[in-house]
Amino acid sequence: MVQENKTKTADEGGFAQEYLTFTLGPEEYAIDILKVQEIRGYEPPTTIANAPAFIKGVINLRGIIVPIVDLRIKFGVGKADYTPFTVVIILSIVGRVVGIVVDGVSDVTSLRSEQIRPAPEFAATVDTRYINGLGTLGERMLIVVDIEKLMLSGEMALVDEVAQA
Amino acid sequence: MSIDMSQFYQVFFEETAEHLANMENLLLTLDVLEPDQEQLNAVFRAAHSIKGSSGTFGFTDLQDVTHILENLLDKVRKGELKLREDMIDAFLDAGDILKGMLAAHQGDGASDTDMAKAVCQRLRLLTENEAAAAATHAPAPEHAVSPAPTFADAAAAPAAALQCGFDLYFILEGDAATTEATLENLMAELAEQGDVRIVGRAASPDQPWHLQMGGVEDAELLRGMLEFVARNDSIRVTPLGEGGASDATDGAYGFFTDSVTPVAADESYGFFEPVGEAAGTAASDDAYGFFEPLPETPAPAPAASADESYGFFDPLPESEATPAAEPVKSETAEGAYGFFVDTATLPAATAAPSTVAPVVPVVEEKPAAVKRPAPVAAAKPGADTSIRVGVDKVDQLINLVGELVITQAMLAQSASQIDPVEFERLHNGLIQLERNTRDLQESVMSIRMMPMSVVFSRFPRVVRDLSQKLGKQVELKTSGESTELDRGLIERITDPLTHLIRNSLDHGIEMPDERAANGKQPVGTISLSAYHQSGNIVIEVGDDGAGLPRNKILAKAKERGFNVHDQMTDQEVYGLIFEAGFSTADQITEVSGRGVGMDVVKKNITAMGGRVEIDSMPGVGTRMTVKLPLTLAILDGMSVAVGNETYIIPLGYVIESLQVEHGMMKSVSGVERLIQVRDEYLPVVTLYEIFRVPGAITSFEEGIMIILEADGTKAALFVDAMVGQHQVVIKSLESNYRKVAGVSGATIMGDGRVALILDVSMLVSMARHALPAAA
Repeated sequence: MVQENKTKTADEGGFAQEYLTFTLGPEEYAIDILKVQEIRGYEPPTTIANAPAFIKGVINLRGIIVPIVDLRIKFGVGKADYTPFTVVIILSIVGRVVGIVVDGVSDVTSLRSEQIRPAPEFAATVDTRYINGLGTLGERMLIVVDIEKLMLSGEMALVDEVAQA
Repeated sequence: MSIDMSQFYQVFFEETAEHLANMENLLLTLDVLEPDQEQLNAVFRAAHSIKGSSGTFGFTDLQDVTHILENLLDKVRKGELKLREDMIDAFLDAGDILKGMLAAHQGDGASDTDMAKAVCQRLRLLTENEAAAAATHAPAPEHAVSPAPTFADAAAAPAAALQCGFDLYFILEGDAATTEATLENLMAELAEQGDVRIVGRAASPDQPWHLQMGGVEDAELLRGMLEFVARNDSIRVTPLGEGGASDATDGAYGFFTDSVTPVAADESYGFFEPVGEAAGTAASDDAYGFFEPLPETPAPAPAASADESYGFFDPLPESEATPAAEPVKSETAEGAYGFFVDTATLPAATAAPSTVAPVVPVVEEKPAAVKRPAPVAAAKPGADTSIRVGVDKVDQLINLVGELVITQAMLAQSASQIDPVEFERLHNGLIQLERNTRDLQESVMSIRMMPMSVVFSRFPRVVRDLSQKLGKQVELKTSGESTELDRGLIERITDPLTHLIRNSLDHGIEMPDERAANGKQPVGTISLSAYHQSGNIVIEVGDDGAGLPRNKILAKAKERGFNVHDQMTDQEVYGLIFEAGFSTADQITEVSGRGVGMDVVKKNITAMGGRVEIDSMPGVGTRMTVKLPLTLAILDGMSVAVGNETYIIPLGYVIESLQVEHGMMKSVSGVERLIQVRDEYLPVVTLYEIFRVPGAITSFEEGIMIILEADGTKAALFVDAMVGQHQVVIKSLESNYRKVAGVSGATIMGDGRVALILDVSMLVSMARHALPAAA
């Protein structure tokens, strides 16, 4: 539904959509705010055997077992150290709850579709498939990530093969 | 008056399914030669309730079949027909048809209309043939036109008149403004069915209307039409009697509407039929069940059918004279009378065939008669109160309580660091909290618990059908039906148990002559029992059949190329029948022998965290024991430490733990992979290697070995230390993450951290087939 709305507004070039922006090292990223459930501090998770390095493990979020992904490791940005200021954004994506570790949450911004430029094809750790575009906000460049697509993708190893199909 | 009925469909489906199951159980326990009257009535009531509600909801196919079924049942319970084995078969088949229809309405397959017709035909034949035969000594109510020989001629006339007309009494729904229009429509509809005239108009919306219909035979049809416009509890459809009966009911009715008694009458309806279906029909019918304890009921035909409802009004002196009342009653197959009418007509017929007399006795008798239902109605509601709640709501409740338990544990842990003297009240409060939480958890968990009878009740049918098919005589004995088990397990244990029972029937119990030759009773026994044993539930399926042929199994196993030898213990040999593709049956039958099934049974039971064992003795019998955990949601676990991690091992798999002493580790091709425990060599699974845990103890002699057994294989798990034993609430990893090899789930520990629960079967099999992760 949200996805539909987004493409619609992009086509019409009209309404602005709200994004949560956060930092990974020096870079600024933006994700659809409707996917965000809550923001909380980092606590050491229980590690899961033989999981990729960017999956830190699972935490107990009020009785639900929630996997924690460190986007800094996944995207290869910044240093993956955990300070009292390290933040976990809890996402709610198609009924699944996932937490992502980021360096800090900046603010909530609204971007109109004309403010988002398509991302050029470039070689990066992140597949450009998961980047909706680059948003311009004054001097700042926001990398608008399709967080739902990213989290459900096979390379995140967050879901079983069956579940993706 | 269009109410959207579909919102109640689910309730209807559930209720009807319950009624059907109930009916089937009753039928199976029914003693054909001497049927218990109470049971017959209960069967009838079940069929009747199905008919009533399916009619209300417009499922006419269900209604039609139950109607025929009900007719036959009614005659049986009134003693007009003698119960026979083939009737039970027909009843059971009808039940199956109804189940099929129900499933079809729920969108699950299509119902077999041909089958339905065939069964209806069978029921009809049973009803009519017997009725004709019975007519020599008793009038068959459906053909009451021919009066019983005992009747006085005068009484015969009203009987004939009854066939073609009805008095209708009802109070219209809605207010005065809509009444005229509603009535006009109703009259138009009724006019299509036959002659209709208004006898008494209602002075106000709360007053009853009185119509007379001629040329109609189906009281139910009229009732159905009235239900749309009138208050259900106000509808009375009574056969149009000549003179006395008619006047009498009229009088009786008028009497009640002006007094408080209608309220009493309503209450009694509530008692008879809590389901809230078409009140009028149900009330009078169920009333028969209620009046039933009368000694006269089993008595043959004429008296019996009249007695049942009159019993209630015992003070009436006329009971002896019931044969005379028979013609008036003879339409009661449908039970469309309010019981006021019964009392009214009874004196009418008994006193004399005079037309005026009855009015007086009615007025006199009434207050006494009506007062009785009220106290009974008041007593009833407490007896059977339950509510339907969605499983998801209960699960949510259980989750929340689980959370509460964790929070409480966290509080307790923090509080243990506070000075107990200074903060005595806080400590006391926390102790109180702990007790309350535990109680709360227990009661919430008990909501999910269901008695084993839910499962066991299916098996009499299975055994009956199968033993008939196989030509064997088998008796099923069950015990421990009240043993409670988690709902989730109940659902999943049914299929494996069915399979075990079929297996016992097919392979265990011998043919009757063979049994007789061996000096056994020709009737074999299959026993099914359930009981609690040290935190587990144990279900035993036993038979007194031939027992398992050890040699045959061994020979077959060798033939199939299984790894077997003659020195295997009996237990191990019997365990072979759970292997895939194994069957000792000489012939493949429809029932079993293909060698699929028993392996699935074992797999299912293992998946539930249970075990299955076999004991057998040749010529004496076989006993299969299924052990299951009480619930799926909570697990007894042992926590172990590896590095900084804590893992939970389900306690059921743990056999023992030991410290490695020098010389116990044996190496094969240079790698220490075996441990000698007494006279066994067990493969070693090193958890820190499989899970790549940093900082774990790597020297075998500093850690601890936990001997595990899963799927009949043993292995030693090497961990740093054992931490403790807990009851843990199982949480799914997969709901937000994915399946992890070697991990079956997760749980939350007292400190709020997540601990992973080990998948022991997987770990043990990892030990057997190299070590993929560690290699």
